[in-house]
Amino acid sequence: MSVAIKANRLTPYMFLAPAGIILIFALLYPIGYMIYASFLDWSPSQRIGQAEFIGFRNYVNLWGDEAFRESFWVTIRFAAIVVTLEMFLGVGLALLLDRNIKGMAVLRTVFILPMMIAPIVVGLMWRYMYHPTVGIFNRTLKSFGFEGIPWLSDSTWSFIAIVIADVWQWTPFIFILALAAMQSLPRSALEAAEIDGASEWQKIILIKLPLMMPVLIVTLLLRLIDAFKVLEVILVLTNGGPGLSTEILALRIFRTAQEFQELGEAAAMSNLLLMMLMAITIGMFAYSRVQEARVARQRAAAEKDDD
Amino acid sequence: MPRIRLENLVKRYGDFEVLHGINLEMEENEFTVLVGPSGCGKSTTLRMIAGLESVSDGEIFIDDRPVSNLEPKARDLAMVFQDYALYPHMNVARNMSFALRLQRRPKKEIDEKVGKVADMLGLTNFLHRKPGELSGGQRQRVAMGRALTRDAGTFLFDEPLSNLDAKLRGQMRAELALMRQKVRKNMIYVTHDQIEAMTLGDRIVVMHGGYIQQQGTPEELFKRPANKFVAGFLGSPPMNFLEAEVQDLSGRAFVSGNGFELVLPDEKAAAVSSASSKGVTLGIRPSDLHYSPDAPEHESIDLQVIVSEYIGAQSVLLCDCGGQKVEVELKSETPIALGETLRFAVNREGIHMFDRETEVAIR
Repeated sequence: MSVAIKANRLTPYMFLAPAGIILIFALLYPIGYMIYASFLDWSPSQRIGQAEFIGFRNYVNLWGDEAFRESFWVTIRFAAIVVTLEMFLGVGLALLLDRNIKGMAVLRTVFILPMMIAPIVVGLMWRYMYHPTVGIFNRTLKSFGFEGIPWLSDSTWSFIAIVIADVWQWTPFIFILALAAMQSLPRSALEAAEIDGASEWQKIILIKLPLMMPVLIVTLLLRLIDAFKVLEVILVLTNGGPGLSTEILALRIFRTAQEFQELGEAAAMSNLLLMMLMAITIGMFAYSRVQEARVARQRAAAEKDDD
Repeated sequence: MPRIRLENLVKRYGDFEVLHGINLEMEENEFTVLVGPSGCGKSTTLRMIAGLESVSDGEIFIDDRPVSNLEPKARDLAMVFQDYALYPHMNVARNMSFALRLQRRPKKEIDEKVGKVADMLGLTNFLHRKPGELSGGQRQRVAMGRALTRDAGTFLFDEPLSNLDAKLRGQMRAELALMRQKVRKNMIYVTHDQIEAMTLGDRIVVMHGGYIQQQGTPEELFKRPANKFVAGFLGSPPMNFLEAEVQDLSGRAFVSGNGFELVLPDEKAAAVSSASSKGVTLGIRPSDLHYSPDAPEHESIDLQVIVSEYIGAQSVLLCDCGGQKVEVELKSETPIALGETLRFAVNREGIHMFDRETEVAIR
């Protein structure tokens, strides 16, 4: 084999190399480091080589740690509630705004604005609005003669408060994806349904939603992954309180490392969170794989008995 | 079954008018074909009848009932779309039964109807497949079956065969003609293919530029085209057009141009004498020209062969006649050479004349 041909074969790998190197240093190395650290009893004052190797003890401790279990459930509850609400609102808005009315383009842009604001800023904005005396919610309530609501100081209300903030910020994400899916639906199938006698409502339930389902499922999984990782808004709004009522996992990890100085235990928690997200991601890929396989099978069947 | 009447139907998109007052009447059980080149307004007309496009002006009557403000579902129609418009997530049986299920008919009745139509269209073995698992021809049949299962008063077809390959299209055309005999319903069929129009229609409506050019039976339109557009649109190969003058020589009328001079039959001569202008376009179909070396001079035309297209038993010859192009058909075994000049007798009934300015037929 001549040198030229060899060089030719290597070309694609050379182009891939920079990305590969970045991937190794910025992703694989830290993950490896984190996995290793999760087996250590390690405080920030020690170098990693000085830390004591304790095997799975960090993980065993987590299992027995009531605070961790609590924040695990808060995370699950938070993710389930916000994603469900966002799906209903986002898809509903898309159904409502999928029409050609003057000014609709402006309205659509306005609807996706919240998504473009940095999470820290969103947190600060909502903290001012939730403020017990000067916040707009309580001022409005009081001006109508109602009691103010302890938005961030009551454990139930503070959970509701972070749910509202998250729904406000992330409903647009589902809205734009649902709208895009809706606009790529086959027009003629909807017209056929109209002639077949379907009402607007029946068109949505029987034609639009089933046809959008593949996109909606992927959207849901993407949002779920994101909801499990949420941190900044809650950090700014409640810092996990009152008590542990809004302490989601990411926040717990942050505090374990920062406040309690338990780097090994924080690494073990991160690892668990990572594995959970990995499971969802794999589920997502498996779903699209199954979809693709089904389409391929259908096509093969169609070609076989083409007349 | 219903009569359909269009009265002064107008369609505007903003300031742009695409249909300019269409008047049309369709009798009971009539198979009407709207035909014309793309952009002529035929699909728009059909979609307005279906209720998928709003009516800008004028009215649509179904059985003397104005329907232009009714929802599509209140008009009692079924429609077959160009891209079939099947519901991708439902299997064939559910596609076909969709309308009946919306009407909450009893399950037994639905199954019976679907079974009957599937049987008629040869779809019985595919009832549990999704549209994605079917070939183009099968999907076409499902679309047809869905319309038939509905049992509506009027059937609308929007270029239903144009997505099929040539062989399958011919086959489906024959099946459509067969179905037409079994199902006595009002059918309105839109196509740009003049062969589909000629073979299927009881009545053909030729449209161009948002106007109806002519309507009538296929034979009427073929034999007595109202203007140059209709004459040139129907028939394959298409009619030949030659620029000509009408002259009166010693009591006989002749139509003559570069390289030809034909004597006019008496009734044509009478018609042309009352026409204002003497400048005409002469139209002769290839099927009205017969190779005949011994034909008399003023009843024939001499053509020089430029190209010969062999298509089997017949060949189509592209010829030159005094600088203008003429197509003729000839039995392929006739020994001819390129560049040779041949004499073709002109069928007396096959002489059509059109006013050069207005393009309206002189007759």
